Amino acid sequence: MSATTAATARFTLKPSTDGGEDQLLEVSMGPQHPSTHGVFRMDVALDGERVVKLKPVFGYLHRNHEKIAETETYLGSMPYTDRLDYLCSIANNWSYALAVEKLAGIQVPERAEYLRVITGELTRLQNHTSGIGFLLQDMGASGTPLMYAFREREKVLDLFESLTGSRMMCNYMRFGGCRVDMPAGWLQQAQKVVEAFPRFLDEFERLLSGNEILMARTQGVGVLSKELAVDAGITGPMLRGSGVNYDIRKVDKYGIYDRFAFRVPLGEHGDVYDRYMVRLLEMRESIKILRQAMQDIPPGPIMDAKTKIRGFRPKAGEAYGRTESPKGELGFYLISDGSPNPYRYRVRPPSLVNLTVLEDMCLGQNVADIVIILGSIDIVLGEVDR
Amino acid sequence: MDEKLKAELGKQGIFATTLQELYNWGRKNSLWPLNFGLACCAIEMIATTMARYDLARFGAEVFRPSPRQADLMIVAGTITKKMAPQVVRLYNQMAEPKYVISMGACAISGGPFKQGYNVLKGIDRYIPVDVYIPGCPPRPEALIDAFITLQKQIDEQPLTGAGRPRHLNADAPSEFVVPQFGAHDLEPPQNPGVWRPPLVNISPAGKNESGND
Amino acid sequence: MNLETIKSEIEANVPGCRLLIVPNNSPSGQHSLLIDRETALTVARFLRDAAHLRFDYCSNVTGIDWPGKEITEKVKVKKTLDGVEQEVEEIQKTQSAGHLEAVYHLYSMEKKHGPVILRMRTEDRADRIHLPSLTPIWRSAEFQEREIFDLYGIVFDGHPDLRRLLMWDGFEDHPMRRDYVEPDDYEYEPTPHDAVLQRARQHLSEAGGR
Repeated sequence: MSATTAATARFTLKPSTDGGEDQLLEVSMGPQHPSTHGVFRMDVALDGERVVKLKPVFGYLHRNHEKIAETETYLGSMPYTDRLDYLCSIANNWSYALAVEKLAGIQVPERAEYLRVITGELTRLQNHTSGIGFLLQDMGASGTPLMYAFREREKVLDLFESLTGSRMMCNYMRFGGCRVDMPAGWLQQAQKVVEAFPRFLDEFERLLSGNEILMARTQGVGVLSKELAVDAGITGPMLRGSGVNYDIRKVDKYGIYDRFAFRVPLGEHGDVYDRYMVRLLEMRESIKILRQAMQDIPPGPIMDAKTKIRGFRPKAGEAYGRTESPKGELGFYLISDGSPNPYRYRVRPPSLVNLTVLEDMCLGQNVADIVIILGSIDIVLGEVDR
Repeated sequence: MDEKLKAELGKQGIFATTLQELYNWGRKNSLWPLNFGLACCAIEMIATTMARYDLARFGAEVFRPSPRQADLMIVAGTITKKMAPQVVRLYNQMAEPKYVISMGACAISGGPFKQGYNVLKGIDRYIPVDVYIPGCPPRPEALIDAFITLQKQIDEQPLTGAGRPRHLNADAPSEFVVPQFGAHDLEPPQNPGVWRPPLVNISPAGKNESGND
Repeated sequence: MNLETIKSEIEANVPGCRLLIVPNNSPSGQHSLLIDRETALTVARFLRDAAHLRFDYCSNVTGIDWPGKEITEKVKVKKTLDGVEQEVEEIQKTQSAGHLEAVYHLYSMEKKHGPVILRMRTEDRADRIHLPSLTPIWRSAEFQEREIFDLYGIVFDGHPDLRRLLMWDGFEDHPMRRDYVEPDDYEYEPTPHDAVLQRARQHLSEAGGR
């Protein structure tokens, strides 16, 4: 796959230190490029194969979610959150519901909290599998790993479909609970999927983790230091790949995450390989959480009886709610003026902030590594541009 | 050619066909889509090409990243005004014969995001569309259905006469105006040569007299 | 950690700063701290570096538009009516300037506490729209401040690369402001309702009807 496939390139002259003139090649990668994960563009300057400058260009999927949300009711924005990070709609629903619950002081019944954990962790499973699949696709492993990843993803999507009615845009959470309870037999089906998942991970790892090509192309590539990661507000698997122990599930203990025993996998070198490994290990921890949650889920209501869904008007005030979405910290900042619509509705997108360090990680690397480094950030453009 | 005679000849081991049939058969069974996703629908497009739905069964597994090698543009997702010039340019760069599937509500009309200031309300404002599939996002089955629909359309095209496809008509344009970024909006905001707003009964006065209100 | 204590600590360590706690009446109880433009950088640096605070992680930067409001006041004016001086009540309408606001949500990755919410306000919405950039303190604000510059028009002084982030470079408006009027492309609305129906009608009446 050539980086200049769909790119425009031009030559500029750069004064060289030894008196001669070197040519610097400026390449515009994207917005239509097979490995930019959507419509993302990078203005790259190359000295031979080496990257000397990289400026990301955003906005090709800026569809005005925040502006539209100011004219919608609180509930009306819920389906829009599905389309932020369209791979993990339920994680977005959760974050938004959490922010509104903080804003209006709503309690969530216990069964609904369990349902949220189950669906949220299933979302993490399918996001990380497809994320790794796309990373390998970017690396040139055309087809096979992504096919394996999507095979597993479909199993999770089937669960979502029978629970919520939609494969991708689940629109599942409500303020004070969840929209629907599990249909009969769903839990058993979900348990089957979760129990079969480690076998798939083993297969995936046998195929990939020790693979020589994968190690050669990812180890020591796109190194992100601890200090820079914290300074640039990196969150999610990328931050933990750099060895910073910060998982909002552990820090905020939102929902009922304090009830589950799970570990936070950390990387050591902060390179692409560590980020890949952190995602793999996180999936194994998610399976642990899922097993516990599916065992302990109590009967009971799934909606807070006191909360009005229609005609919902929170008191004037503001709230910031955040969750550990599969990509990182997904936050919603809401300001209410007492009317049915939020006065200000702000999404804190993990993918956008994680891209802050893209240039730092790519400088000095080869042009072919850009796509791998970008793949290891695991961005979704719906969330970057909103 | 008479269908009965053709079948009879087939039994004798003689294969008879017309140039039109052969030509359309070849075109419809090797549609190479452009590897080009815009938003949510692109994920369903990828899912369609994966093992479970396997778009390869319809001769379309070769997603080409370069517009020069592609026949079919699947506009999968919201087209923002910032992206619209790129989409039109990609379409212009594709070689004839070329087809467009407008996948999902956003590509048809802006979908849920149509009130957005940066959202183009339908790609058919700039380029001609062959098949529309509604849905947000459409399921992979719907995309396959759009594929089959497009194949049927291709199959039925005569090679001569008024109904002949665009690439056999020297007068029909194959490239369209690429909009430019203006100070407040795209310029032009639509291409009247491609798209004219259909008539809709909305009374300016605001009374409820038509079915659309 | 209590916002009052943080406030008094900042006041003790940053001379000349003017702080104000903006209360939040919602159940979230996330009160915020309004800081002044002149000492904002020093305050931010103190919050990041003080050993027991260590707000090393700026999570979220938000722009908010507060347009000017019409303030109606009853004012007593002395007037001479029919040769007699009288005190008359008159209603005076004044337009407040409004302001743009940038809100920073800070957490600490080291101490695992937060949030502390900082707010900064511009003087008005027209031309005195400068705020100091906090990107030199927290790099995570880099793209988010650019986004606010793009969508709200706040100019962040000291930002390393202040360009439009989401809209194209030649774009002139600030679309997230509340008085922004979007371009009229409501020619064809097959199933209009609510706001879209209103805009479609407006379009039709401007186009002279069909």
